[in-house]
Parts: sequence; structure tokens; C-alpha cells
Amino acid sequence: MSALGHLGTGSVASATPSDQPVAGGRRRRWVPYVLLLPGILWLLLFFAIPCLELLATSLYDPSGSLETGYAMTWHFANYSDAVREYAGHFGRSIGYAALTTLITLLIGYPLAYAIALKGGRWKNLMLVGVIAPFFTSFLIRTLAWKVILSDDGPVVSTLNALHVPLPDGRLLATGPAVIAGLVYNFLPFMVLPLYASLEKLDPRLLEAAGDLYARPVSRFFRVALPLSMPGVVAGTLLTFIPAAGDYINAQLLGTTRQYMIGNVIESKFLKVGDYPGAAALSFALMAAILVLVLVYVRRAGTEEVL
Amino acid sequence: MTEQDHGNTDADLHIVGVTKRFGTFTAVDDLTLTVPQGSFFALLGASGCGKTTTLRMVAGLEEPTAGRILLGTQDVTRLRPYKRPVNTVFQSYALFPHLSIFDNIAFGLRRRGIRDHAKQVEQMLHLVELDGYGSRRPAQLSGGQQQRVALARALINQPQVLLLDEPLGALDLKLRRQMQIELKRIQTEVGITFVHVTHDQEEAMTMADTVAVMNAGRIEQLGAPTDMYEFPGTAFVANFLGQSNLLAATVTGVSGDDVLVQAYGERFSLPAARCRLTAGTAWLGVRPEKLHLAPTPDAVPTGHQAVRGEVTDSSYVGVSTQYLVRAPWGDELTVFVPNSGIAAPLAVGSEVVVHWRPEHAFLIERAPDETVAPMPEPEDAVGVGT
Repeated sequence: MSALGHLGTGSVASATPSDQPVAGGRRRRWVPYVLLLPGILWLLLFFAIPCLELLATSLYDPSGSLETGYAMTWHFANYSDAVREYAGHFGRSIGYAALTTLITLLIGYPLAYAIALKGGRWKNLMLVGVIAPFFTSFLIRTLAWKVILSDDGPVVSTLNALHVPLPDGRLLATGPAVIAGLVYNFLPFMVLPLYASLEKLDPRLLEAAGDLYARPVSRFFRVALPLSMPGVVAGTLLTFIPAAGDYINAQLLGTTRQYMIGNVIESKFLKVGDYPGAAALSFALMAAILVLVLVYVRRAGTEEVL
Repeated sequence: MTEQDHGNTDADLHIVGVTKRFGTFTAVDDLTLTVPQGSFFALLGASGCGKTTTLRMVAGLEEPTAGRILLGTQDVTRLRPYKRPVNTVFQSYALFPHLSIFDNIAFGLRRRGIRDHAKQVEQMLHLVELDGYGSRRPAQLSGGQQQRVALARALINQPQVLLLDEPLGALDLKLRRQMQIELKRIQTEVGITFVHVTHDQEEAMTMADTVAVMNAGRIEQLGAPTDMYEFPGTAFVANFLGQSNLLAATVTGVSGDDVLVQAYGERFSLPAARCRLTAGTAWLGVRPEKLHLAPTPDAVPTGHQAVRGEVTDSSYVGVSTQYLVRAPWGDELTVFVPNSGIAAPLAVGSEVVVHWRPEHAFLIERAPDETVAPMPEPEDAVGVGT
């Protein structure tokens, strides 16, 4: 290219401008990598290396302790022991997280739809309303739920007044309380991606569907929902993954009978000091979530939409 | 201006006394209109004249503030859009991006529970010359192809009325011309009533058999394109459909079949059949292509009306040369002279006589205090026949 350029113009002066873009191009090819460098370093240092460390820990001999030190014995039985012993906690984690995801989707979709398509000039204010709870710490908000759901709190007394039967006459320290806390805490993670994809939905497509004999229900399932699938997938992932690993809600709003796998990992790491067992549980949870997410994303058929 | 013929039992579209207000703004103002079954009807007007609002009310996408909309004898004013036998080709096409072309076209039939639709969809694809495109996605098609899919998606439902909202607006000029012919062919073939909203008067004139010119929520004039062009009813129409030279005149009398007028101290006459009024103040109008230029008064054929002037500008546009001629009273007349190779081009500064046949002029109403003809927005008035 540049050789032809020289032949064409045949002047010495043209050599400089025709060389510059090449040098610039070479320099520009490096730019993306330079920009990625801080992030890659961060991930290496604080994610990849700790993960490898955790993986190694999960294969240590479980008879060691922090004081005596651990020996690397490739003890794969850590995994089978962990999964066998805590299968119930695993199941509860996945179940609670799945229910939480479903409920946040059912609450969050209409909310996001209303904000995106009917919000008008209140749109931004409503979004601030969705994010506002983040200004208070996660822990404080969950503790507040403890008060709300307590035996003499407003919810229980209202339900009692309405003669709604409650198991053992209480809400706190039950499965529904844990799920309620999870739903409350993770709702914004569902609403925001849903809002982002519904905001892009062209209302003229809904008009066109109505013009083509689609009743409101079929208009929703044939046009609005399929077109907002990227938001549904992103929202459910952002809710399900952290909810499955959460332990604060189970700890504050439940009892040991509501404990999730996060509670077990927390106690093994911080109280019991069973590092290999805790690491094995962490890795098993990661693997389980990864498999579930892969299956889900495939089933949702949204690779091309995402 | 508007026509009202009740008592029809067929499938004509009747808009009766329809008004639509958005807050304090009146978009459509007491509009009454009948679109005969099987006609190609154009609603023509500048942006904001209420034409799209009218269309959306027929589709059911807006509810009229007052008035009724009838399809034949059925009152559809308050009927939800999905219950109306009316379909729309949207300006932006509004094709469903997540569905294939086939599924887009089959959408309406499926919603009405018609299962055996594959053959009909194939026929539609054939009608709009998109055979074999069924499995593609809208994003894989060009603008013109998307436009035809939008048309097929609406037509397959065999609506009583097909509404077209500036359907060719997004296409380039060449494609637009092609699609104009195409649309006209399809309309003739399927025989469905087309109501076509456009701001492009050339588009309206090429395709429609009836054109309604809208202005400020009302219909200025309604009729066949040729009639309206040859004998506009108002000064707005005279300048919206093509161009006109309008002279502020006053009727001075009637002599036999002729009406006598005076404008800027000069006397003119024209046949009474070409006059919308026979007394008071008026605009005397002549289309630029109906004006001729003669070098001297002797060269003006007998019976022609004439005005002396001086050529102030000439622009060559291929098929014709457009001259501006300053009349004695200071205004400039526009004259289109076909480049037929007979007359030599005239230089700027030449003394000429502008002349026309009396039956080529027309006389329309003018308010006494009006001295400058109303001009539509320049962006909306695209020259015709230039």
C-alpha cells in the first residue's frame, strides 16, 4: 500500500504522511491491551490467585489445623464428604434462590415495565426509588426486616387480626421470612436490567401488535416479553447467583433449620476452622451455579439476543 | 369543502364530525369525510396538520375527543384496535425484530386463530416480490424490502381499510418512485380501500384517485388530483399542490360568461366557470407552466391576457427553464418554459410580455386585507411538474 502511494505521488514530502498512519496503527493496536491491563492485573491478583489458593485448600488433608498447618494430600474426599453431609443445605440454597428469583421476577417485571413505558417524567424519580435502599447497608436493612417480621411486629399482628393462620404463630425464623428478606434485598438487581431492556422496547411495536389483532395478553407474550428476554436473563442471573450464596438473610431472619450453604461455609471458615471443608463447599457451590447458569442460558436461547 | 353522504350501507369509511384535542391543542377539528370502498385515498398536508392523528383514530390508536368513525354502518369509534377490520403500514414499519419475515407476515392470521396460513403467507411474499425471504429476519432486509414486508403483513389480513402512514418516507427518491407504482399496482390488484397519509404532494397525486388537502386540522379541499391541480379551491391548495402565481385582484363586474377583474391597476377577464366567486376581493391565479413569454405585445395571440415585465432571473432545470419576470407593480411572476428547442433562451434584463389563455386562470377567495398569498412551509412544498 505505502509503496504504491510513493509511486503514485512521487514526492519526498508524501513519505511522512503515508508513514504516520502505519506507526499510529501499530500504536493503536496496543491501546486496548494497555486499557485492559489494570483490570487484568486486578483480576489476577484478587480473583485468579485466590481461586487457585482456594482450590488448593479444598484438597488439603482435613486433619490439619491453622496452628499445625495443612498438608497437600490431594484429598478429593473433601468434596464427597462436603456434598454428602450438606446436601440439604445445598438443596435449600438452590431452592430459596430459585424461589427468590421467581418472586423478584414477578414483582420486578411489572415494576420495570411501568417505569420504562408509563413512567413519563417520573421515570428518573422512580428509578431513584428502586436504588434508594442501597444508601443503607445490606446488614441494617436485613436487621430492619427482623423488626418488621418479629412476633409483635406490624406484619404478624395484622395477619393475626385477619385470622390468617401462621405456622407456630410466627413469621420470623421461618423459610418465608428468609425468602422475603432475599426478595427485598435482590429486587433492584432484577429491576435495573429489566428496566434497561424494556426502555429500549419500541412502543410502536406494541401498537403494531394491537393493530394486527393481538389482544393485550398475547401482545405481551408475543412481543414485549420476547423482546425483553435479555433483561430477564440478566436480571435472573444477577439475582440467582448472589442469592444462592447469601447467608446474612438466613442468619438474621431464619434459624439453623433455614441455614443455607453460605452459612455452613461461613461457620467452617470463621468458627470451626475447617478450611479444606469450607473450600470444598465453596468450589462445589461455584460449580453447581455455573452448570445451572449454563443450562439456563442455553434453554433461554438468548445467546444471539445477548 | 367536505363531502357528507350518509345512508351508505356498503363498506365506505365515514369520519363524521371528528375532533381530537391534545390538551389545548386541536389536532383534528370537526372533520367529516367519506372514503368510498375500494378507493386509493390520500390525506395530504404539512407536518402537524392532523393527518396522522386522523389515521391513528381510524386505526383505533387514538380515541376521538368528539365525533364518530364508521365502517359501512358499523360504529368503530370506541372499538379497540385489535377488534377493527383495519390494518396499518407504519411509518417506521414496526416489524417485529425477533420474528422471521414469515412469522411477521403470519402474525395477524395467527392472532385470529387461522392455522392454515402457510400458503397465504407465500402468496403475500410473492405479491410483494419477496419470494424466498421468509426465513430471514427484518434486520437482514433493506429499507425497501422492509417496507414491502410491512405492507404484506397488513394486507394478508384483508382489512376493510388499509392505512398507510407515510409509508415511503424513509426511502430514497428512486426507490420511492418505484414503490409508488408498486403500491398502486397492488391496490388495483387487491381492491382494498387504501388511506394514505403523506406530506409529499407528488406521492399523493401519483397514487391516489382522491386527495384531501389538510391544513390546521381541517380539510382545505378534496377531489381528484387533476381537478384540484387545475382548479384549486383555496390559495393554500394553489400553493401546496405545485406552485401558482397569485395576483391580488378585485372583481369589477360580469360580462356575459366572463368575469372581469382588476389587479394592480390592470384589467383581466376569465370564464365564470373558472371562478369560485363573482364579487369582492379575490386571488387571480395562473400556474407557471400555463404562462408564456412573448418578445413584444404584437406577438401575443389574440384573446390572451397579457402583462409586461422584465426577466430578473432564469434557471435552467433540464426539461424547462424557470424565469422570474418582474411585473410593473413590482411582484415577480414565475414562468416555466419547456425546453422544446423552439424558442431561444431569454437573457436576464430582457423586456417581455407574459401572456396566458383566460381559461387557464382561476379566481379564488381572498380576504380584503390579504395581499400576500399564504405559502406552505418551504420544506413541505415540493415542486410539481418542474
